Amino acid sequence: MTPVRVSIVGAIASLLLILVVLELVRGRRLKERYALLWLATGVVLLVLSIWRDGLNTIAGWAGVTSYPPAVLFAVATLFILLVLLHYSTVISKLTDENVDLAQRIALLEERVSRLAADEPRNPSAAASRIDQIRRN
Amino acid sequence: MAIVPAWNESGAIGKVVDEITGFDPAIDVVVIDDCSTDDTAEVAESRGATVLRLPFNVGIGGAVQTGFRYALEEGYDVAVRLDGDGQHAASEITKILGPVDAGDADLVIGSRFVDPDGTYRPPFARRIGIGVFARLVSILGGQRVTDTTSGFVALDRAGIELFAREFPHDYPEVEATLVALRSGLRVTQVQVDMRERTTGSSSITFVRSLYYIIKVMLALLVASLRRYPRLESARQ
Repeated sequence: MTPVRVSIVGAIASLLLILVVLELVRGRRLKERYALLWLATGVVLLVLSIWRDGLNTIAGWAGVTSYPPAVLFAVATLFILLVLLHYSTVISKLTDENVDLAQRIALLEERVSRLAADEPRNPSAAASRIDQIRRN
Repeated sequence: MAIVPAWNESGAIGKVVDEITGFDPAIDVVVIDDCSTDDTAEVAESRGATVLRLPFNVGIGGAVQTGFRYALEEGYDVAVRLDGDGQHAASEITKILGPVDAGDADLVIGSRFVDPDGTYRPPFARRIGIGVFARLVSILGGQRVTDTTSGFVALDRAGIELFAREFPHDYPEVEATLVALRSGLRVTQVQVDMRERTTGSSSITFVRSLYYIIKVMLALLVASLRRYPRLESARQ
């Protein structure tokens, strides 16, 4: 059977996680789409901490007989792996988009300098600059 | 047009550009400067090349792809790719352009190993690596290729379109060859000679070669599991 203290500490820790994530989202420092996995982690851990029979049952399925809270660690680890994997996909996408942007910039810059070379200087802008210099 | 990726090649790039324009003044030379810290871009520009400046270093594949995108947008029908270090001789361009000009191929690879009497004799370890990759790509792509690590290639419009859209970002050549084969491009190879580099050093150091091998192996595995839309050949 899971010690009561473990359940209490687990519940407090997962509540804290949920609250911190919510606060980060509220302060717009974390986007909702990246908060979802963290919230899911917090909720699952909270449920498993409070619902002691459930944790014992799952531990029984998993063959963990001596110490049911080990399942809590296992579940937490699994979710952290999920979050990390998710971030790897996000980084990969960002990398691709980054390269795409860099290429776009290189192409546009070349085009701009080509257009700028063809285009005659704006005569009215030049005239107003001359006026300004005369006044000084 | 000629696509020339360059990163810190100020010592070689001028000669490379001169050699291409000297070989055929009608070729537009486009140098892609992969955010060099030296004056590669200025040197290339002073020799009359169009220079595409990347705002940060994106690696050889990303740099080359910039050239393909340029070719696509500017409407070029034929492109050759040469390295900025001068190892590809402009005088060999005729050879790799031949099958593209004749309409027989969408992608021509300048290979060092078609002709068993070729002059290029790489160090043992590198020869093994090149051979293994060539064998793998041949099996997975369903066509025999001998030099998948060559950066000396010619493409027609279909090839330009494919690579503008789909080109690996680091260590690209091996995977790109497989992508071309699996997309249904007509790939041919011709024997070319390559020179030893005169300045700079190869991007593939001993330490990186392990990463190189594993990365390319994984890329090949994944590319052969992936589905690529079959391209209609340019002639159709």
